[in-house]
Amino acid sequence: MLTLFRDRKVRDVLWQVVAVVGMVAVVFFFVRNASANMVKAGMASGFNFLWRDSGIEVPFNLTGYKPSDTILALLWTGIVNTLLVSAAAIVVATVIGFTVGLLRLSRNWLLSTLAGAYIEFVRNIPLLFFVLFWYFGVLASLPGPKESYGLFDVIFLNRRGLSIPTPTEMTAFRWAGFAIVMLILVQIALAAWARRRQARSGQSFPVWPVGFVVIGFLPLAALVWAGMLTPWDLPILRGFNYRGGFVLVPEFVALFAALSTYTAGFIAEIVRGGVQSVPQGQIDAARALGLGSGRIARLVVIPQALPVIIPPITGQYLNLIKNSSFGAAIAYPEIVSVFMGSALVATGQAIEIIATTLAIYLSIGLAVSAFMNWYNARMRLVTR
Amino acid sequence: MAARPLPMRRLPGWLDATRRRLFATPLDAAISLVCLYLVWRMAVPLVHWTLLDANWQGTSRDDCTSPGACWVFIRARFGQFMYGQYPLDQRWRVDLAGALAVVAGALLAVRRLPGRARLATAAVIVLPPLGIWLLYGGWGLRIVETREWGGLMLTLFLTVYAGLISVPLGVLLALGRRSRLPLIRLGCVVFIEFWRGVPIITVIFLASMLLPLIMPTGFDVDRLARAVIGLAFVVAAYMAEAVRGGLQAVPEGQAEAAAAVGLGYWRITRLIVLPQALRIALPAMTNEFISLFKSTTLVLIVSIFDLLGIAQAALADPAWVGMNMEAYVFAGTIYWFSCFALSRWSIAREKRLQAAYGR
Repeated sequence: MLTLFRDRKVRDVLWQVVAVVGMVAVVFFFVRNASANMVKAGMASGFNFLWRDSGIEVPFNLTGYKPSDTILALLWTGIVNTLLVSAAAIVVATVIGFTVGLLRLSRNWLLSTLAGAYIEFVRNIPLLFFVLFWYFGVLASLPGPKESYGLFDVIFLNRRGLSIPTPTEMTAFRWAGFAIVMLILVQIALAAWARRRQARSGQSFPVWPVGFVVIGFLPLAALVWAGMLTPWDLPILRGFNYRGGFVLVPEFVALFAALSTYTAGFIAEIVRGGVQSVPQGQIDAARALGLGSGRIARLVVIPQALPVIIPPITGQYLNLIKNSSFGAAIAYPEIVSVFMGSALVATGQAIEIIATTLAIYLSIGLAVSAFMNWYNARMRLVTR
Repeated sequence: MAARPLPMRRLPGWLDATRRRLFATPLDAAISLVCLYLVWRMAVPLVHWTLLDANWQGTSRDDCTSPGACWVFIRARFGQFMYGQYPLDQRWRVDLAGALAVVAGALLAVRRLPGRARLATAAVIVLPPLGIWLLYGGWGLRIVETREWGGLMLTLFLTVYAGLISVPLGVLLALGRRSRLPLIRLGCVVFIEFWRGVPIITVIFLASMLLPLIMPTGFDVDRLARAVIGLAFVVAAYMAEAVRGGLQAVPEGQAEAAAAVGLGYWRITRLIVLPQALRIALPAMTNEFISLFKSTTLVLIVSIFDLLGIAQAALADPAWVGMNMEAYVFAGTIYWFSCFALSRWSIAREKRLQAAYGR
């Protein structure tokens, strides 16, 4: 018996059996307690509540949800709101983050110090602080509708939120979207042709300057053209408030501003680190070959910096999506606020609701990291 | 070849440095001037508001007559910002607990202290229960319920105790993730990735609602303890990843050599691998600690009032309407300085490490 225990394989199996039995025992203990407690408190179980009428008002939704809809529809509204604020904040955080990160590397001492000050400022303060600050500090102190800040008399910012115009019909925009897709295809074909020609004859073709016009300027022109053709629903001051257009509620604006500026600080540090990870010798060598600074950036620095930058930035995107749950603190109707908050209070089915919420976040996280892994693998191929 | 600026006449020290840093080219000069102007435009009102035009003396809102910040508000509520609703005559206990922690920390920071390792072990075993006894009471001290705790004291309590639980748990999880045994490895991976994948807010919700449900009937888990447990689990998962980085940096040969001398798994881990791994992982662990400090603000969601929560609650006081900025600036400054100091320490520590390992 004792000799058997000295065998490493036997011991390994034994340890694992002990661990599994222990786990099962703990889980069994908790489940038994939970069911006993639930019976005692008269709590229902199961997922039937999802098809019940919710009766919960959601002030900001894009799904056309009404209080007479089911709780499932309420959950869907929450998911859409989470994804909406996350997507908007990810785009802006990336833009600010790359800008600040590159400015941090500027030769100009003042510029790089200011970028550094921004980074240190946002990274060392809790995100919840920024969310509350934007909501109660900044937006609450904005003027009322009558004294709104206006931009070209079409966008208005006041205490009740940000009013933006909406197109009343989409035909022109659909055509513009079609044109943009075509232009992107043209650009891809052009780049392929230029690469082949350069391989054959050595002649280079200004792909990027032309591409700037093709996929930068022309789509913009298409959008402007579509915007001119489309009749717009403009926000107009009637009585005490703006009517028409679409109102981004202050909760959205505050959460969006806090998320994007906060995450930008972290992205900036990642970008700085990624660019600095490219050895100076590479840049010197490229310069010795006679490449200009634009081509050095495009051919030498970016391809080597991106694989370093992308994995941690993915982590930041995931953090941002998870952090959009901070909206619950200011009652922005995202998943946690409408489902874990309102729906839980209405139905009392804590276990089902919490499990569903966690499952949603985990699957969003898995989806994003799967996409980013795929993208990262592609990027790695470029650099061998 | 880009046109290089012609060599200029050498100027004395700082002037020359300024020229190189700010006015190297005309474009640089223009950028610098614009930046200087913007900084000036922002700094002047800020200095006026916080210092020059601020109100320092007085007891009520009416004493704030000049246009700047009304720091009278902070003075009047300073006790609440620090201790929450903790009874006035018992606050010495909080001070004592804090002083003990500071003294122990300062003593252990002295590197040449004789018997430092043994002292550290003793401190980790004795101080946490002592702290809970001082703060909560019992055994001769008046009991102060946790719903009366609040302010900075609560923030620090959450950070320290969740941190204390998360470090050993994180180390175990990291070891488990690198274990030879597939089932243990699987369990640890699932645990770590689960807690890392969900928002902390949901975990605090979960802890405050599910913990009472899964405990035997009549066994009540304190509201604050639930928050500490929830935070600790999440932070342990992140700590585990930080420690794993350290474990990976210890060369395989070390453990193999130890095994060749005849040491078993736990002795190899305790004597050879962990001391080196933790030293390497310390900066990363400090960063997780900073995140934890910032995450404690989320207990606001289950109506526990830490520093930020107290600041937020103070805004609802009708006697002090419109003090939003003062409350936020005060709380924000405390958070900023604490996190900044910790992160500087972590960076310095990392630099020393790099020098020691010659990397």
